[in-house]
Amino acid sequence: MAQHVAQPTATTPVVPAKLPLKDIAPWAVFFGVLMLVLLYFVGAEQGATSVVSGEGVHEWVHDARHLLGFPCH
Amino acid sequence: MNSTTVRNLLVRGMLAGLGAGVLALVVAYFLGEPNVDGAIGFEESHAPAHEHEVELVSRSLQSTAGLATGVLLYGVAFGGIAALAYCFALGRVGRFGPRATALLLSGAALLTVYVVPFLKYPANPPAVGDHDTIAKRTTLYFLMMVLGVLLAIAAVIAGKRLTPRLGTWNATVAAVVGFVLVIGLAYGFLPAVNEVPADFPATLLWRFRLSSLAMQVTMWAAFGLVFGELAERLLNPRPATRPAGTKATAAAPN
Repeated sequence: MAQHVAQPTATTPVVPAKLPLKDIAPWAVFFGVLMLVLLYFVGAEQGATSVVSGEGVHEWVHDARHLLGFPCH
Repeated sequence: MNSTTVRNLLVRGMLAGLGAGVLALVVAYFLGEPNVDGAIGFEESHAPAHEHEVELVSRSLQSTAGLATGVLLYGVAFGGIAALAYCFALGRVGRFGPRATALLLSGAALLTVYVVPFLKYPANPPAVGDHDTIAKRTTLYFLMMVLGVLLAIAAVIAGKRLTPRLGTWNATVAAVVGFVLVIGLAYGFLPAVNEVPADFPATLLWRFRLSSLAMQVTMWAAFGLVFGELAERLLNPRPATRPAGTKATAAAPN
């Protein structure tokens, strides 16, 4: 009997509850922007555009930028 | 309560991204770096003597600490973004549990932020690419990334809207076909970039691009599996009293 009851829950996937958008929004805005800034420094800084002067950032992440697929120089 | 779940998922996403970055770094170091060195060798044998200026960062640092910095930051950053996207996707994309949602999201991320731009503007080793067109190439590359992500979101929304009329299978097929068609149109209309020097070894270029793809596949596969497992444990915690756990609870002093 117990097996018979347990079976449907094992085969039917449990659909997780939706997280309300108002709870996601503040995290998405602050951390989303922060992560995009990180990606900018890895992928594009001192290439097409420069925030920090010089070539230091570009040269330091040079190999990663090539291998990750970003246009480097 | 829900806000705490979002925070916990975000932290786990960044950690899973870091772990996935470590694996991608191993692939990058052993598969990718030999090709980067090969391309730099080609560059040096072709550059005029006066172009050899003082190195700001030595090759040995670029291929180790520099590579690690870039790849790990990329992993953490995309891990965080993917975790936030996961919070939106959870329970909204279909009848998928936490692990399946994570793996699907990870596959979609690999496709939209890497494969879609890669098929039009593939990764290039050093010595390939004209300094004067870097602004144009960067713009086109990021445009392709953004286009891929936005079109994938649009395809998911369209698929959900079509489901009541067409059924899940046909709606999914229609959404995927729509996505492929619009991406194909973008490929057709956006300008091509071909700056490979005429005598650059074709095998080296192919191997470099393959190693770049291998890195990304490693990263996103690892991220999907690790983050899915962490999310599963967070969202569906196992009951404390299980056959294996019973002994431990009984043995515990209180």
